[in-house]
Amino acid sequence: MDRFISRLLFLAACSSTAILALIALFIFMEGAPILFRSGFGHFLAGRTWAPLEGQFGILPFILGSLWVTAGSLLLGVPLGVACATYLAVFAPPRSALILKPAIELLAGIPSVVYGFLGVLWLAPLIRTHLGGPGLSILGASCVLAIMILPTIVSVSIDALQAVPRSYREGSLALGATEWQTTRRVVLRAARSGILAGVILGMGRAVGETMAVIMISGNATHIPGSILDSVRTLTANIAIEMGYAVGDHRRALFATGVVLFFFIMILNTAALRVARRKF
Amino acid sequence: MRTTLPRGLLILTALCLSGCSRSAQNLVTLAGSTAFQPFAEKLAEVYLTTHPDAQVNVQGGGSAVGIQAALSGAADVGMADLLDLPPEASSLTSTAVAKDGIAIIVNPGNPVSSLTADEARSIFSGKTASWKEVGGHDATVRIISREEGSGTRRSFDALVLGGDKLASGALFENSNGTVREAVASDPEAISYLSIGLVNERVKAVAFGGIAPSNRNVKNGTYSLSRPVFFLTKGEPSPAARAFIDFVLSPVGQGILEKEGLIAVKE
Amino acid sequence: MRIAPTLTEKIAKGMLMLACASAVASLLFVIVFILAGGFRHVSWGFLTQPILDMGRSGGIAPAIVGTFLMVFVALGIAAPLGVASAIYLAEYTLEGRATQAIRFGINCLAGVPSIIFGLFGFILFVVMLGLSWSILSGGLSLAAMILPTIIRTAEEALRSVPAQYRDVAASLGATRWQVVTRSVLPYALPGILTGVILGIGRSIEETAVVIFTAGSAVQMPRSLLDSARTMAVHFYILAREGISTEKAYATAAVLILTILVINILAYTLMHRVLRGRRAV
Repeated sequence: MDRFISRLLFLAACSSTAILALIALFIFMEGAPILFRSGFGHFLAGRTWAPLEGQFGILPFILGSLWVTAGSLLLGVPLGVACATYLAVFAPPRSALILKPAIELLAGIPSVVYGFLGVLWLAPLIRTHLGGPGLSILGASCVLAIMILPTIVSVSIDALQAVPRSYREGSLALGATEWQTTRRVVLRAARSGILAGVILGMGRAVGETMAVIMISGNATHIPGSILDSVRTLTANIAIEMGYAVGDHRRALFATGVVLFFFIMILNTAALRVARRKF
Repeated sequence: MRTTLPRGLLILTALCLSGCSRSAQNLVTLAGSTAFQPFAEKLAEVYLTTHPDAQVNVQGGGSAVGIQAALSGAADVGMADLLDLPPEASSLTSTAVAKDGIAIIVNPGNPVSSLTADEARSIFSGKTASWKEVGGHDATVRIISREEGSGTRRSFDALVLGGDKLASGALFENSNGTVREAVASDPEAISYLSIGLVNERVKAVAFGGIAPSNRNVKNGTYSLSRPVFFLTKGEPSPAARAFIDFVLSPVGQGILEKEGLIAVKE
Repeated sequence: MRIAPTLTEKIAKGMLMLACASAVASLLFVIVFILAGGFRHVSWGFLTQPILDMGRSGGIAPAIVGTFLMVFVALGIAAPLGVASAIYLAEYTLEGRATQAIRFGINCLAGVPSIIFGLFGFILFVVMLGLSWSILSGGLSLAAMILPTIIRTAEEALRSVPAQYRDVAASLGATRWQVVTRSVLPYALPGILTGVILGIGRSIEETAVVIFTAGSAVQMPRSLLDSARTMAVHFYILAREGISTEKAYATAAVLILTILVINILAYTLMHRVLRGRRAV
């Protein structure tokens, strides 16, 4: 019986990996040929994106994705982890019980709704008070940060609550304050889970399309400041996929390949940072 | 409790899958242009009142998906709103079913109400950078365009820009609705929109002295418009043929006119 | 200058509270914005009538049903598959290069844009497997998309259960599976549930994947092989094409309430299952 179950679980794990590998394969198969044809250098460092003229340079979009993702992580991760720490450690248990599901509610709000909120409310706000077109890196970062909050907060709360009480009690018994205990013992013990939440949130930030399209302005130039409009890699794929045929379409998949590497680099960096700092 | 849950789920799933009878004879599937999708749905709604045993399934996905779907047979009719069809679509039969007028829009607070063809061209290509030059405030023009490959965009580029390129700092939104919202909330913005979707949130400017209205498109004085095509592979099925005929009939064309498009057949 | 630990404590608590308040404030803002814009257009008729006149009149009953069916299929596939995979990775394998590589791969896939999942689903389920635009295609594609989240959160939840729990059970002679179901899962369940809830949220709000695979038919779906719209797709189409702002917001309002209901159901279910099982 136990053998049977273990085989079943193995099958499950294999199917999951197979599905995910299939998707990765799909992206690469569609996109790699054109990468090799127009050359990595031209594709990655090219500044002009004019698909109907055969020009496929995606440097502005790489920079766009970089800025927007960096912005959203800078805003979202500290806010999310701090919020989770407060709810899991310091807040009265009742409020945590209500607020965690409340924040998880945010996870179900369509990205289009966030996008519209951004266009209607956030962009004009940025434009009037800070300048620029409003549809900007700053706007996109803010909206994305809110979108990844639920993931980071929920998963981090779980990780923090899973830390055995004995750890906390032991530290307090030695005379440490709550905060010292939290910072040096609890957070460190929960770091694997918190990191998982952050990485999932990061993935969401990098892969988000709808909301970003609406609020980032999608200009094809290289951004000069956070108040500038920008186009991300995902936005580029999504905007044009509905109409692209032939080489144009393959170039969009190639953008997907680049995105994949982008995420890989981000994830590796996150793991390194976590290993060293905590 | 232990066994009733999985058993219940099994029964539920079986029930769901059991309703999988789809009479293929009367089913017409259309796919493609997201801008035309709502209109196709409206047409289907009316069609079903007179043809109750027909089934019309309307999908979106974009003009390219429409072409692909028509080619692969996933759909009976592909809807495309591109100015000219790409080479892949050459094996498909295209039937124009409607025309969509394009209006240049600005924020209601913008004093500019009319642009000559030259002024429009100059603004969208970036040569005219300030509203002052065309009679507006002293502020930078902010261009919002549609994405590359959009039917509205291609037509607009061909008809307004001519050979010029779009200004390099232009912003892009990817749907009529968001364009309208973006212009409605930005005093310096300029963009273009389906005439049928212009409402009190934005102001449509006259182009070349002619007011943007469907009537003016019809009588030929207003030149900005784009066609909507139905693409079929080979001979359409009887059910599809019936629906296409309905769309081209006075009733169908009347519905399109009422919803803000322009009929191609009187 | 050394700051007294008690002062640091106060400052830290204050800042954390501020962070929490900001997060909750942004949540409230979004929800109030939607409900204010949309609630007044929600009525019993809105919830039960079909979609009429491009969505400008009538209700969203087909979309509500479509949403529930889609989530049901997506979670029905992804939750068991994901949790089973996570159990295998966490409990039945040794931590090593292989598991690290798999975990890395899963993390990367969590970042793939939804539109790619949509295209993948379109080509695999709609065209190749011949399912055409259907709730089944949509559910399968959504399942693939939320799989990474569920696997990762479940795995973390399982790994966070202290080793002693397993050791004690094993020392009493329990088989691996018994250890997992009796000593590990009850404690990991809250964490696993978080992953499932995040997955539910994602399935409900996803538009690109659904449009490409389940289509956006306005009719009430009669089976899993019918095309259908979800509320998110309906909102997307209404707002995108500028058809009806009021109906769009009303749809969003109903959507939020749906998520609330489903989440509450999920939490209640979990508490029922766990009642009496946990010792701590």
